[in-house]
Amino acid sequence: MSKTIFEHSVAGRRGATLPQRELDSKIQDLISPEYLREAAPRLPQVSEMDVMRHYIKLSHQNHFIEKGLYPLGSCTMKYNPKSHEALARHSCFNNIHPCQPESTLQGSLEMLYELQKDLAEISGMSQVTLQPVAGAQGEFTGIKIIAAYHQAKGNHHKTRIIVPDSAHGTNPATCSLVGYDVVELRSNARGRCDLEHLKSIVDENTAGFMLTNPNTLGLFEDQIEEIAAIIHGVDGLIYMDGANLNALLGIVQPGKIGFDVLHFNLHKTFATPHGGGGPGGGPVGVVEKLVPYLPVPLIGKNEEGYFFDYGHAGSSIGKVHTFYGNFAVLLRAYFYIKMLGAEGLRRISENAVINANYLMALLREHYHIQYAGPCMHEFVADSLWQKKEHGVSTLDIAKRLLDKGFHAPTIYFPLIVPEAMMIEPTETESKESLDAFAAAMLEIAQECRENPELLHEAPLTTPVRRVDDVRAVKVLDVAFPIED
Amino acid sequence: MPYISNTDAERRQMLDRIGVGSFEELIAAIPKKLRLQEPLNLDAPLSELELARRIQERTCGNVCTQKANSFLGAGVYDHFIPAAVDTIVSRPEFFTAYTPYQAEVSQGTLQFIYEYQTMICELTGMSIANASMYDGASAAAEAILMAVRRNGLKKAVLSASLHPEYLKVIKAYTEGIGVELVLCETAAGLTSAEDLSAKMDDSVGSVLIQTPNFWGNIEPMRELEELVHKYPKALLIVAVDPISLAILKAPGSYNADIVVGEGQALGNSMYMGGPLFGFFASKLDMARAMPGRIVGGTLDKEGKRAYALTLQAREQHIRRAKATSNICSNQSLCTLAATVYLSLMGREGLAEAATQSTQLAHNLAGKIAALPGFSLAWPDTPFFKEFAVICPVPAQQVIADMLDHGIYAGVNLASFGQNEKRLLIAVTEKKTVAQIDEYVEALREMHYE
Repeated sequence: MSKTIFEHSVAGRRGATLPQRELDSKIQDLISPEYLREAAPRLPQVSEMDVMRHYIKLSHQNHFIEKGLYPLGSCTMKYNPKSHEALARHSCFNNIHPCQPESTLQGSLEMLYELQKDLAEISGMSQVTLQPVAGAQGEFTGIKIIAAYHQAKGNHHKTRIIVPDSAHGTNPATCSLVGYDVVELRSNARGRCDLEHLKSIVDENTAGFMLTNPNTLGLFEDQIEEIAAIIHGVDGLIYMDGANLNALLGIVQPGKIGFDVLHFNLHKTFATPHGGGGPGGGPVGVVEKLVPYLPVPLIGKNEEGYFFDYGHAGSSIGKVHTFYGNFAVLLRAYFYIKMLGAEGLRRISENAVINANYLMALLREHYHIQYAGPCMHEFVADSLWQKKEHGVSTLDIAKRLLDKGFHAPTIYFPLIVPEAMMIEPTETESKESLDAFAAAMLEIAQECRENPELLHEAPLTTPVRRVDDVRAVKVLDVAFPIED
Repeated sequence: MPYISNTDAERRQMLDRIGVGSFEELIAAIPKKLRLQEPLNLDAPLSELELARRIQERTCGNVCTQKANSFLGAGVYDHFIPAAVDTIVSRPEFFTAYTPYQAEVSQGTLQFIYEYQTMICELTGMSIANASMYDGASAAAEAILMAVRRNGLKKAVLSASLHPEYLKVIKAYTEGIGVELVLCETAAGLTSAEDLSAKMDDSVGSVLIQTPNFWGNIEPMRELEELVHKYPKALLIVAVDPISLAILKAPGSYNADIVVGEGQALGNSMYMGGPLFGFFASKLDMARAMPGRIVGGTLDKEGKRAYALTLQAREQHIRRAKATSNICSNQSLCTLAATVYLSLMGREGLAEAATQSTQLAHNLAGKIAALPGFSLAWPDTPFFKEFAVICPVPAQQVIADMLDHGIYAGVNLASFGQNEKRLLIAVTEKKTVAQIDEYVEALREMHYE
């Protein structure tokens, strides 16, 4: 494995230069020595080329979209357009400070204002906050808004939020963070919400319901009208986890079919890069009656131009970010929407759905699929047959896929499908790329029959072999022991 | 159609293979009346060239800090960034990768996070750091929540010298679980030891102090630490400027329990305040109460050094409603920029940036204080690279007048609900003495007095 950057360190090496000092004041005369550090932090001492070679070498050990298919279910790993990268790096974007006077930020504010409007239109919501910087923070913002609504109405008895058993882990974690108790809803045999169970757990104490639609099985929750009637019947609010919005662009506006709050994952639906785990963007849209509770500020427009609008500060949930959210991420989402327009966005969703169904058709005879029928943008297969007949697990199959140049699907999720493999190809993959992935999956199915031992050994060709993550917990090593 | 490879002919072949006649058949599960009947009301699509033209127009509406002489700070700083940082961060291998769930094909991301954690530990003097939080504000909020998990005490004392926006975010994050937030007063631009003493008791679970604080002043942490740790359960949370740690004492050296801060200044452009990233470090015995991702070193099945996500049993995808936080990402790419930046700057370079920032800031402060009508808000209080001045007129007016000279004079403290005559001025190593003199001359010519 590669050395760490600390192991490349040679005393006296420098990777960057600064101007000669113009002033000769001594630091000890400016700041009392009692506050000063005795020895400088032991950062690496390396040249620029040392740094470049080290991090380029590390980069070669990553899978990434330009290298190959990245079929992580519910993660929507679509291609990130390079023109958006180039445009976002404009010096008038990366060199602006959040505390500049509004008159010097009109270009940025105009784009953010348009993005608020476009996201509202796409989701069918009344207004959108761009402030949350990740999907999970969007969830937090949305559930805080639900809490603020109930607080304003005096609904102090409403202490529970219902979350389906197929939900992302962030949903229940978010409810806890906001102070709600979580009630888990069962899925039915069709992979949708069990309405009878829902009726039995909804009561006056129900503050809201969090639903991912399409759900994590890639199925549209077709009883949404009945669900909305039940939840709204007790003055509860319905939150849509927008993780899977890539299936619905221009097809369904969630705000028009019963949802009251929703978050967008800009890094999924709107092609902003995932960056190895972030930064993302998690704007939140709400229906009219919840607008007063959105975080401050919104971006407003009047006769003088665009401005930070704190008009609803009295009823707002406050702030979730130091400034105005991940501006650089919001920019890329703006570019995406502007380049696609209404027809383009709808084609995105259509092709996402077609690609998922095509791949499912290619795999269905070789891997068990619990919930049959057309899927939306993703589907969940599993290794039931391989496990039972050849003792090969989903983990083994996932690792073998790495050997064949593909990233693995999301595995062991949703929790309601044993040995799950959640596959989302996205619309940016071509037919031949799907064919190649299916061929690899078929080869693996054959290897399961002929040489299951090979699968337990996988991966064989990756920069490291199967990584011992149990040891990572038992022998905790979270920082390099710097010598000197 | 942009971003879709498949042609209509291929789409037709795929529908045939699926066994349906049309796309509509695939979405039969969506009741017809729930479907949108009209196209979305959006602008007509633009080509790449048209979009570039539109963006060129829009950017003309911005006056960036390259075109103006800027002294803005308040948590987001214009420090020098070596070009090599962007070269690495722009590699698709890093920026189009996902969370490193499959460790065997994510060693690049996992290893730089491990290196990043190491650097944060070294700067702060702590033993463990996570892979980062959304920003300094949410990191501070999560630190208070972590303290509650550790000692069960739902009362936190926050110094009034804290960034006011942090306070708002902390309130949003902690009110749900019923944390009582108590504000400690300040004296001479610093946390009042007297008031902190008065606010401390056995029910206090954590105390949050920022140093350099919101006004740039260096807090007397040794004295404050003693006051906090007189109460054995109380945890000291310190929010710091990472650049300052090249020259200022590491919080670990004065026995901080949790250290957080805004990391943007480490190699990340300002981008109107986002993305930012929050760093988060603590003593080792709190590892299992930490929020967020953590990367650990381990071995692969052949005994080779490798990295993996570790202590995942704390996290939402496993613990669900009982997780330590709902966060399921980190500001990964921003921490890559920080890691590359800290490597390039190295121990001498970072200290040089911190030293020059301090020198230039004190130079400007001295020159402004000598102008008639202007004075430092707290002349005897030590500060790092940022300081507050009292203007003879509302700061708003100074800012507007200076803007006419192409100078961003500073941040109006009235916009944070503070004294309207106070202006917060930040100086980094990117400034020259000539730019400082330009500022002072422009201010002198205003003749407010």
